[in-house]
Amino acid sequence: MSKSILYSRSQLTSLVILRVLIGWYFLYEGLTKIMATNWSSYAYLRDSKGVFAPFFTMLTDHPFVMDVVNAINMYGLTAIGLCLILGCFVRYANIGAIGLLTLYYLSHPPLIDVHYLIRPEGSYMWVDKNLIMLCAIVVLMLFPTSKEIGIDRFIYRKKLSGN
Amino acid sequence: MSGKEELNQPDKEQTKPELPSSNGRREALKTLATIPVLGAMAYGVYQKKKTEHNNKLAGSIFNFEASPTVMDRQPDGKTIRLGIIGFGIRGSQLMQALGFATPAYIDNLKEQAKKDTQNTRYKDFLEQENLNVEINGVCDIFDVYANEAAMAGANVNKEGTNGKFDKLPVIYKHYKDLLAAKDIDAVIIATPDHWHGTMVIDAVNAGKHVYAEKPLTWTVPETYLVADAVRKSGKVFQLGHQGRQIEINHRAKEIIQKGLIGKVTLVEVSTNRNDPNGAWVYPIHPEANPSNIDWKQFEGNPERIKEYMDYMTSVGAAKYVGPDARDKFSLERFFRWRCWWDYSTGLSGDLLTHEYDVMNHMLDLGIPASATSSGGVYYFKDGRTVPDVLQTTFEFPDRDMSLLYTATLASQYNRPRKIMGTDATIELGSTLNVTIDRASQRYKDKIEKGVIKPGEPFYRYASGKSIDALSSATEMYFAERGLLFSYVEGKRYNTTFLHIREWLECIRQDKKPSCGIDQAFEEAMAAHMGTRAYLEGRTMYWDAEKQVITRG
Repeated sequence: MSKSILYSRSQLTSLVILRVLIGWYFLYEGLTKIMATNWSSYAYLRDSKGVFAPFFTMLTDHPFVMDVVNAINMYGLTAIGLCLILGCFVRYANIGAIGLLTLYYLSHPPLIDVHYLIRPEGSYMWVDKNLIMLCAIVVLMLFPTSKEIGIDRFIYRKKLSGN
Repeated sequence: MSGKEELNQPDKEQTKPELPSSNGRREALKTLATIPVLGAMAYGVYQKKKTEHNNKLAGSIFNFEASPTVMDRQPDGKTIRLGIIGFGIRGSQLMQALGFATPAYIDNLKEQAKKDTQNTRYKDFLEQENLNVEINGVCDIFDVYANEAAMAGANVNKEGTNGKFDKLPVIYKHYKDLLAAKDIDAVIIATPDHWHGTMVIDAVNAGKHVYAEKPLTWTVPETYLVADAVRKSGKVFQLGHQGRQIEINHRAKEIIQKGLIGKVTLVEVSTNRNDPNGAWVYPIHPEANPSNIDWKQFEGNPERIKEYMDYMTSVGAAKYVGPDARDKFSLERFFRWRCWWDYSTGLSGDLLTHEYDVMNHMLDLGIPASATSSGGVYYFKDGRTVPDVLQTTFEFPDRDMSLLYTATLASQYNRPRKIMGTDATIELGSTLNVTIDRASQRYKDKIEKGVIKPGEPFYRYASGKSIDALSSATEMYFAERGLLFSYVEGKRYNTTFLHIREWLECIRQDKKPSCGIDQAFEEAMAAHMGTRAYLEGRTMYWDAEKQVITRG
């Protein structure tokens, strides 16, 4: 742990708050999808635009693939949310979150003169909230906090002591 | 990971490196510090669920189990041997619904699928349920169409050009020869309007079951003859109002029957089209000429023509006859026959009938007490005599309601069907929407409690799925566009296919189809009242006792 960063209290607090808030966002997104009856990412994927749209719409042609995509969204979002809030396996959660956000951004890029059936709640050009959140998570990866505040503190300490 | 020297350290207070297990309590606190956040989430989700549950109770008013709309198929049902009379635009569509298409059509579907991977029409056609029918005879008075119909009938494997075909069905020059064929159990009639009645009568008299395109009849007198003939024959008759198969209409009917929208006083239906094809300016086949069109047969049944001429001259509507002589060959009249009263029933017969039948299905209207119409040829001034803009109002004093039909062939602004009740209004477009009325007494409590927001769509239904106030904005948005459901349903049905399928199953199971002769008679009389009101420029009444149209 010699490489762990030494934060000031306010730095640590704000980084943890950022982590927990992003976690909250992921967790609730996941839970609502699990709780909704017959939730499917079908509509969202069908509404894809931009260079990668053919790939995303192609996914919807295969019911089995759709089942997998839906499960990843429902349980993936929930698990990532739980991990970020609890500070548990945060490194992996971050990687998962970056993966999902990248896919969301690529399927719905905020391009000029592109209109989505589900209208975004703000006005965006090239940069949208997915991209910003993605960057926030990259920041969180570079400034980890879960070994200070979170269950990783216990997990990694145990591993260390085990060594 | 960054080293500590990379950090700026503005605060004096710093977290000191912890020594392992220096302070157990402090350690546990840091490890589990964020767990209460999950408690907050759990509380929030609980609160949200509670609100949703209350709302759901309100939403479930409309969210009941509806009875199935598609007939069960009889296992090992017998093969029905069909004859096709008329292979124009509609005839070819009906054959496609039966699972038979010309090789050229298949080539075109394949081409479309190749160009656009999203276009699944070819795949859908291949996967369409086999209706267990064979085409044994076809008849069209235009030789090219007759040959195409035969090719379609032989195309049992749904193949393109150079495919393997079954034996060709017999091509009959005259529909009566087809009706005399022993190897035909049932016929599909898709000819111009002026032939419908005569052909239905001849077909049931020849012992054939009949699926006939709408409208039932061209003249009023023949309407009685058709109804009599069909009833006496005991044959299975279905009129081509495939709107009977639209699932949302069945749900709307149940909602109305349960009294959930209150007392209905006004129904609005419409037709909106804005292209030459929609206005019946159909393409003229380049190979068509007097040698390959049986114009004599096209002219019609002399008895019908006499009925038509007698009526038109007796009411001073002779200006709507012709202007060409009936025996004068005309490609325009042959391919665009809907534009002239001489063969057509105009907007009333072609499109009002669909709308009327949908409402007759939902509201059991029967025949209206009166009809008034107005309109004119306002846009397609191409020599046609039938109007391209038409308004018809039907009154139902026994039901305390009016039905308003408005149509234009020069604007395709989308207007959903509206059934307006004292407690709520149903809108039927690609989806069913229910909007609760602000002044509703039935939903007063729920409006006051804020469970129902009046004036906003409260309940939506599309293709087997209820969308209520709880559904996500995304679901609602897609539902409105009818996009969500090709996946949820797994399969999208063509309503014409379902309507024909129902007719065939009724033949096999000896049941009554949904648009049988009673509904057809009501449809025909309502449309004739509207047509006569337009032609005569005055209100037409229905004498229910004598079963005749009167002028009041």
